[in-house]
Amino acid sequence: MNARVLPYVLILPVTAFLCLFFLYPFVLVAKQAFSTGDGFTLDNFRQVVGYWKFPISLQNTLLLAAAVVPVQLALALLMATMVNKMQRGRDLVLYVWTIPLGISDLAAGIIWLAIFEQSGFLNSMLSGLGVVDRPVNFLSYQHPGVVFLAIALAEIWRATAIMLVILVAGIGLIPKEYYEAAEVFGASPWKRFTRITLPLLRPSLQTALVLRVILAFEVFAVVLALGGTLFPVLMSETYAYQFDLLDSGAAAAMALIILAISIGFTLIILRALRVPKGATI
Amino acid sequence: MAEIQIKNVAKRFGSYQALRDINLTIQDQEFMVLLGASGCGKTTLLRIIAGLETATEGEVWIGGRRVDHLPPKDRGIAMVFQNYAVFPHLTVFENIGFGLRMQKLPNDEVKRRVERTAGLMHIDQLLGRYSGELSGGQRQRVAVARALAMEPDVILMDEPLSNLDALLRMEMRAELKGVLAESNTTAIYVTHDQVEAMSMADRISVMHQGKIVQAASPIEVYRNPAAEFVAGFIGNPPMNFLPATPAGDGKWTVAGQILDGPSRTTPLHFAIRPEDLRPADTGLAAMVKVVEPLGAHLLVTCSVDGALFRAVLDSDLTVRRGDTLTLAPQPDRVRWFDPETTLAVA
Repeated sequence: MNARVLPYVLILPVTAFLCLFFLYPFVLVAKQAFSTGDGFTLDNFRQVVGYWKFPISLQNTLLLAAAVVPVQLALALLMATMVNKMQRGRDLVLYVWTIPLGISDLAAGIIWLAIFEQSGFLNSMLSGLGVVDRPVNFLSYQHPGVVFLAIALAEIWRATAIMLVILVAGIGLIPKEYYEAAEVFGASPWKRFTRITLPLLRPSLQTALVLRVILAFEVFAVVLALGGTLFPVLMSETYAYQFDLLDSGAAAAMALIILAISIGFTLIILRALRVPKGATI
Repeated sequence: MAEIQIKNVAKRFGSYQALRDINLTIQDQEFMVLLGASGCGKTTLLRIIAGLETATEGEVWIGGRRVDHLPPKDRGIAMVFQNYAVFPHLTVFENIGFGLRMQKLPNDEVKRRVERTAGLMHIDQLLGRYSGELSGGQRQRVAVARALAMEPDVILMDEPLSNLDALLRMEMRAELKGVLAESNTTAIYVTHDQVEAMSMADRISVMHQGKIVQAASPIEVYRNPAAEFVAGFIGNPPMNFLPATPAGDGKWTVAGQILDGPSRTTPLHFAIRPEDLRPADTGLAAMVKVVEPLGAHLLVTCSVDGALFRAVLDSDLTVRRGDTLTLAPQPDRVRWFDPETTLAVA
């Protein structure tokens, strides 16, 4: 076959698949979001943004992302650096660390529920140690801080590995000679990390952060399992519009708002971590 | 003042003995070349001096100070790497100034030194560029400038020219030699290229299988190789060897000819450089197999007593394949080696 045409033929199935199952539903959702039955309107958006729970759920989502993502980034960098220094057993450690990735987010939420709930492991431990005389209901409206902490912990536990694998691959791409040069020219281990590893890792950091931040705005099952309605987030509100209130126009508007936020943050991350022309490895 | 002393250094990687019994003194401001084929241990020795590798045994002294327990930055060295290791995320300016920034020198001092060394290496026009926008030769210059900007006591170079094309390599060779001579630093230069070694070095250390076989001036290494390995490694084409049997009274039989040699009773190897042979009336009978006119001279490959033998002759001579030449070795250029020890015999 003609070498000029062949590449396009080869990507055709994927393109068709994405158009059918991604682009088409997206257009439908967009149409739903911008209409209430009689033509173009912003009513759906006015309705969801005006609802009293919207600022809370937006704030919760942003707070959760702000608490979880930096911790995950730091942890993933630390773990990736450690893994990269290992001579033996590197793969085994990586596999163990990535186990949480194989668990669905709802299952992860339930695991942490088993720890924090009234008859959970934490309560058994605390009463066994004599710290509390009867089980405490940590995940109740009286302890909003604990609810937030439990959700954040579950999210960190569940999704740090996705950043880890990207960063491990990225660090592996940095030639050893740069570190040796930096060492000879007087850079301490910390300086080598901040002056060599971090800047040369920018492309991987971009990918890892974009992926993780988008996932953070889509957080849902873990929150539902641990916080229920105590901790509304954007995604749980979308779910409520669609399945509790049966208002698909409002749900579609919420979905588009989440998408807009995700795109916004993606652009910020790409811009902040951009690599100047000619400055790639 | 930075004299370098390497005392009894050995290096093992698991069961592999990379270096053994390395003893070497490099004078202050000397240009020392470590020469050898790949795998001979020359880069390992350089890395031990740099502090990027730890010796299994032995000591390294720089400027009268024992340094083998010190990190690279405290050894007063700078290094030029084989693949340059010019940081891709920094501009040329920041690359050259990297070590100075690590020393927390004030901005104007960094600027002064970067601009001075960039001028020295003729890259002052490139200070704002990234390494991705530079050619191989330009990156090489940045790597050298970065080392010079440190104003180090010792500059270590690991095959710095091996990634350049032939013409550029020749140009950089002369330039590097000039710049280093002016900088008054002691230099250790690793290469497998004997032309580079001969043309740049004050002294050459020829390494083979983890040992230093000979450390001497280029002309000494060339004229008086200490071992058969050196004789066969240095020189293009290398030395010719023929078996020699003692004929008594310091006379030796070489390919049917009687020649003067050392007084010994065990067989030796006779050796002569191809350019130290002249066509004459008496001498070694050589059957011409290949004639290569190289312009300045004629490279003739022949067979002497069944052994491969090369001669570099005047280009005016008419020599054809199948001819038999009579080649007389210049007596003062003949060398003898003991086949048992492979060492030179006086």
